[in-house]
Amino acid sequence: MESAITLIVDGREHRVTVDHRSTLLDTLRDRLGITSPKKGCDHGQCGSCTVLLDGRRHLSCLTLAVAQDGGEVVTAAGLGEAEDGKTGELHPVQQAFLATDGYQCGYCTPGQVCSAVGMLEEAKQGAPSHVTEDLTGEVELTDEEIRERMSGNLCRCGAYVNIIAAIREAAQA
Amino acid sequence: MRAHTWQRATDVADAVAQVSGDPSAQYIAGGSNLIDHLKLGITEPALLVDVSRLPLERIIHSDKGLRVEANVRNADLAADAEVREGYAAVARALLSGASGQIRNQATTAGNLLQRTRCVYFQDVTTPCNKREPGSGCSAQDGYGRYNAILGASDECVAVHPSDLAVALMALDTSVTVVGSGGEREVALDDFYRLPGDEPQRDTTLQHGELVTAVTVPPLPTGARSTYTKVRDRASYAFALVSVATALVLDGDTVEDVRVAWGGVAHKPWRARTFEERLRGQTLTAENVDAALDAELADASTDADTAYKVPMVRRATAMTLARLAHDGPDQEGPA
Repeated sequence: MESAITLIVDGREHRVTVDHRSTLLDTLRDRLGITSPKKGCDHGQCGSCTVLLDGRRHLSCLTLAVAQDGGEVVTAAGLGEAEDGKTGELHPVQQAFLATDGYQCGYCTPGQVCSAVGMLEEAKQGAPSHVTEDLTGEVELTDEEIRERMSGNLCRCGAYVNIIAAIREAAQA
Repeated sequence: MRAHTWQRATDVADAVAQVSGDPSAQYIAGGSNLIDHLKLGITEPALLVDVSRLPLERIIHSDKGLRVEANVRNADLAADAEVREGYAAVARALLSGASGQIRNQATTAGNLLQRTRCVYFQDVTTPCNKREPGSGCSAQDGYGRYNAILGASDECVAVHPSDLAVALMALDTSVTVVGSGGEREVALDDFYRLPGDEPQRDTTLQHGELVTAVTVPPLPTGARSTYTKVRDRASYAFALVSVATALVLDGDTVEDVRVAWGGVAHKPWRARTFEERLRGQTLTAENVDAALDAELADASTDADTAYKVPMVRRATAMTLARLAHDGPDQEGPA
């Protein structure tokens, strides 16, 4: 069974007919040629497929495309554009990953960056985490908080130290 | 993945009619567990009825307690100011589960209806009575570290994976269910079931019934609640064991105590024997130990699961001690 849907990806509208089995990740990569979200485990365990869906970080591998008709997707490739309408600009989180060398092979990086952008917004809204001592208090993004909030993104190169440094820098910017 | 048809429900009645009318139809909301199962071939519905855009998204606080509609996302429930303040066990349980991304997509009803992470249930090349009734149980003689120690049957030793459900079980939650015959309210303890000889059924839901909300009654005056999770990694791992508690002390005397355990049984395990033994006693290590002895008298372990008994005992004793003396979650209605 197939259905025609509309997806707005990185500010551009796409009309595409999808099999009802297709995930958002496969639709972005294989049908729309948008390869910034990566297929790592394809089971929601690694986070490399993370995109912002309607403004929140989301696993595109565990999402059916057909269910997101009209949805607004921002990938790491579109973050700069989505923020200020320009092209070719880096988002402050991407800039921080560059500045701190927050990657090695780079495969998990688009997912890490999208997850970090979503996570920083959640923290800004005051959402607590598992390691937040006082559930009703202010959120302070310590390294422990950053690690916990980013635990859904794996890096097989083990670049975590500099990923945390990047996010700390972006949070303070 | 087997081909299926996906259909968006227009309202609750439409959703119930669509699934009730088709034995191979299933509901889908956030999909974070079900889509994985479609990929793995664990389940092969011919029709998916999408309920994710039904207007069941409110968190309602009233004198009847906390009512959470089915589509409230795990992240939103955990971030709700009044949940954080008055139902710390619920917020803590949610925050200890899954990852930030999954908490953004997983719904309240979906969390309750997620299925076991028993490695054999998830591996279609191995026998599993829960996945394929009558095929056998691979977990009993296989990798048994996650197996149940309470209430298991010869057919199934799987444990329920939800953290939220453990907290809700401790807090006397009820579930609102809509079926073709109308709406009914069922206690969470009766919503879940032990495996018996039908391990394929996690719950007492009939085919076509839709969970629309859960209701947590107000906590007793002076109650403090929290959730402790013990796991292999510091984050993003299922519980080996977990403990949800609500405690009311009058001086050193336990006026009221509720305890539920995760990771030990086919359902979140409400430790009612423990509660009855401890109520009215002083909160001492000896009294807690004696109450734990009584609750765990029927525990059944083997070499793989023996560790769970001391682990759940210590986690329970520690959690109660922290709530009594220096816990961070001393909120609750004054």
